[in-house]
Amino acid sequence: MSLLQVRDLSKAFGGVRAVDGIHFDLHEGELLAMIGPNGAGKSTTFNMVGGQLRASGGSIQLQGRELVGAKPRQICHLGVGRTFQIAATFASLTVLENTQMALLSHHKRLYHWWRPVRDQYREQALALLEQVGMAAHAERPCSELAYGDVKRVELAMALANDPRLLLMDEPTAGMGPQERNELMALTKRLVVERRMAVLFTEHSMDVVFAHADRMLVLARGRLIAEGDAHSIRNHPQVQQVYFGSGKTFERPPQEPQP
Amino acid sequence: MEFSALLAQLLNGLAEASSLFLVAAGLSLIFGVTRIVNFAHGSFYMLGLYVAYSTVEYLVGRLGPAGFWVGLVVAPVAVGAFGALVEIVLLRRIYKAPELFQLLGTFALVLVINDATLYLWGPEELLGRRAPGLAGSISLLGRQFPTYNLFLMVIGPLVLGLVWLLLARTRWGVLVRAATEDRQMLGALGVNQAWLFTAVFALGALLAGLGGAVQLPREPANLALDLRSIGDAFVVVVVGGMGSLPGAYLAALLIAEIKALCVGIGSVHVLGLDFSLSKLTLVVEFLVMAVVLVVRPWGLLGKPQAGSRNSAPAEAPLRPAGNGLRWVALVVFVALAALPLLQTWLPYASVLAQDVLVSVLFAVSLHFIMGPGGLHSFGHAAYFGLGAYGAGILLKVLTLPMPLAFTFAPLVAGLGALLFGWFCVRLSGVYLAMLTLAFSQIVWSVVFQWEAVTGGSNGLTGVWPAAWLGDTAYYYLTLVLVAASVLLVRRIVFSPFGYALRAARDSALRADAIGIDVMRVRWAAFVVAGLFAGLAGALFVFSKGGVSPDVMAVGKSVDGLVMVLLGGIQQLVGPLLGASVFSVLQDSIMRATDYWRAVFGGVILLLVLVFPHGIAGFFQGLGNAWARLAARKPALLPREKRA
Ligand SMILES: Nc1ncnc2c1ncn2[C@@H]1O[C@H](COP(=O)(O)OP(=O)(O)OP(=O)(O)O)[C@@H](O)[C@H]1O
Ligand SMILES: [Mg+2]
Repeated sequence: MSLLQVRDLSKAFGGVRAVDGIHFDLHEGELLAMIGPNGAGKSTTFNMVGGQLRASGGSIQLQGRELVGAKPRQICHLGVGRTFQIAATFASLTVLENTQMALLSHHKRLYHWWRPVRDQYREQALALLEQVGMAAHAERPCSELAYGDVKRVELAMALANDPRLLLMDEPTAGMGPQERNELMALTKRLVVERRMAVLFTEHSMDVVFAHADRMLVLARGRLIAEGDAHSIRNHPQVQQVYFGSGKTFERPPQEPQP
Repeated sequence: MEFSALLAQLLNGLAEASSLFLVAAGLSLIFGVTRIVNFAHGSFYMLGLYVAYSTVEYLVGRLGPAGFWVGLVVAPVAVGAFGALVEIVLLRRIYKAPELFQLLGTFALVLVINDATLYLWGPEELLGRRAPGLAGSISLLGRQFPTYNLFLMVIGPLVLGLVWLLLARTRWGVLVRAATEDRQMLGALGVNQAWLFTAVFALGALLAGLGGAVQLPREPANLALDLRSIGDAFVVVVVGGMGSLPGAYLAALLIAEIKALCVGIGSVHVLGLDFSLSKLTLVVEFLVMAVVLVVRPWGLLGKPQAGSRNSAPAEAPLRPAGNGLRWVALVVFVALAALPLLQTWLPYASVLAQDVLVSVLFAVSLHFIMGPGGLHSFGHAAYFGLGAYGAGILLKVLTLPMPLAFTFAPLVAGLGALLFGWFCVRLSGVYLAMLTLAFSQIVWSVVFQWEAVTGGSNGLTGVWPAAWLGDTAYYYLTLVLVAASVLLVRRIVFSPFGYALRAARDSALRADAIGIDVMRVRWAAFVVAGLFAGLAGALFVFSKGGVSPDVMAVGKSVDGLVMVLLGGIQQLVGPLLGASVFSVLQDSIMRATDYWRAVFGGVILLLVLVFPHGIAGFFQGLGNAWARLAARKPALLPREKRA
């Protein structure tokens, strides 16, 4: 059985149907990309899976458990980690402390009020930061970091609860091409090592085609195509809707060309 | 009860609603456009009444009866002009400041205006003359109903209609609505924002002035009106929805009529108990507000507000105390411990130190939710008061031995915080500030009215410590408990719980996503803060031998805010410094002049305008500048040495 089952999922903001009856499955060990033009409904879908938004209809099941109606923190404790399109970290904490907080929450130590945070889960936090390449910055305040680095800290935090499912909304924003590929390679490695599943969005098609196992294409809230790189590349409707006529996959609209 | 009596009450309610609306409308308008919650709005109301008194007295002498009506028009215009002046001189400087500073800045204005009024008109109440032509009453269903109230009933809806026309039909109105709904659009229209803001502020002040002026024949001008009317106006605006004029009228109507019903119905008999509803009038508006805020957090006709736009820069990560700080703390502790030994030379020192210590604990408890928690409470005095009254009541009414009364007192405050906190942590920003204020007013009113137990306005007396805790012993008890509490709170801030609180403040979104129950963490923090404030209250009551309702008045809550901000909200030593400086300052100013409120207001303004990061922040800034300067020196050396 698949890890995540999304059925007939919808979200309406007033009259706008931001997400309109989408279906998809996500399997353990899979790196699934969700692509689509701006405003297609990608972040809205992520927010419904993560519990930040409540779906207007449909269901989301994680290993048979319904997520619609659950709060983000409950979904977190069910084993879902996530990053946000606009990275959210704790600005007045150091990189290390951010990660320690995620670990403390995972181990239900939040209401401990005596032992200082300083020496709790330090090693584990450093190990996570090592994985995402931020160990050297462990003692810096999060507010001082470059945006790409904040995204990495977010990733480390999202990994702290040993998630089965990781949601990454534009994880490589603010990074150079080299860094993007490295980060996605790392993600792929984590998927295999931890036997988890990843759903991510990404505007760089090079990155998507190079790393994703499978992709979903969203346009105006509807799922218009699903499949591997080859079938998506040649899908006529995708070419039509997603890029408009005349543009190709090699020149996605988000990437300013030199 | 009789139908006619009820009807008369309801009609009175309509007149009341007009008065409430006039003050609230300006407040709402100003908030809609400038996003400033103007604490001084009640002062404009009060000024309207005082100015109207003077202009009417003067003009009636010159023009005869017509002078009354001319005076009633001149006064609001004068207040409007004064409002414009205030906006230009003060508010323009704080539009970009964090919300909390705006609230404090305008509160400082309240103090200054109050003392200026005292200086100009003196402390006596001034009752204006009756309105010529409307002095009598008419007969309604066999009851006398003042004619002037009919005039009042009409004026509220009339002003609502006029302002609505102004907003809907004029270019100026279009701009005001644009500013209320969409800032960017306003910029695009190429409007001189500064003058638009001034005009709106002046109009708001004028409306408040009008609200005050029309009360002339009904209510004597007095110096307590500013805080009383601002409390009412806040409630109306929050219930109606910040920025919504029809909402303000609806809320004014709702509150005025519920109050009228309470008075009209009088006592009710439920389950064999007599409840006096008329006693509820002092609290009823706050109850309405609490209910509305919980059910509709943005008020009846309001729209959700985006979070505060002007946030302070991110706080630096916590650092454990260095050796320097530890030594300073030890020296201060030893010095405080030595004070009673210097009794002969400094007889007053340990009395003052006792007050300072209590203030420090109060400020530390408030800082815990304000700083790490980001919850700006405008009603923290409630928990101080609950601690003080809790101790007093346990001792005097339940006749518990002093040590037990003392021990349970903080728990009383903690229970209060447990109850009120549940509601409060659901809100944020201005709404949180208002709800905390509302709860503290409720507690205050209960204490004020429940004479049998609390002693009413006289308070409780004869609340002294046990004999074995005579003078010096009690001082040492205070010193030890305060020091221990400060260390404990510090310990909590460094613990996972304290970090969770800071995390929730920095990003509730992220905190939630990593599994932190944001509301529960905040709630727990609220209770912790309540417990420590309660301990401060208990220490206070036994040192003074009694307590009066003043200790939980709005002013006391604001004192706490000023202490925290004076010291610097981003530093853990901030509340210690702030409370000490504040208490000593207050003590010396109050003894030096009758106009201590104005001086105090001036200090707050200075704080807001010049030292927005408080004393500790100021010194840290100096330290950083010094460090930068020191770091610049190597730049003069050859390049490789820098690397
Ligand atoms: N809170 C909201 N209220 C109203 N409309 C919203 C809200 N959030 C999103 N929308 C609308 O829903 C649609 C989908 O938005 P969404 O953020 O999911 O797009 P996206 O695919 O993530 O786009 P992008 O690539 O720009 O991140 C858009 O039309 C957006 O304007
Ligand atoms: Mg998005």
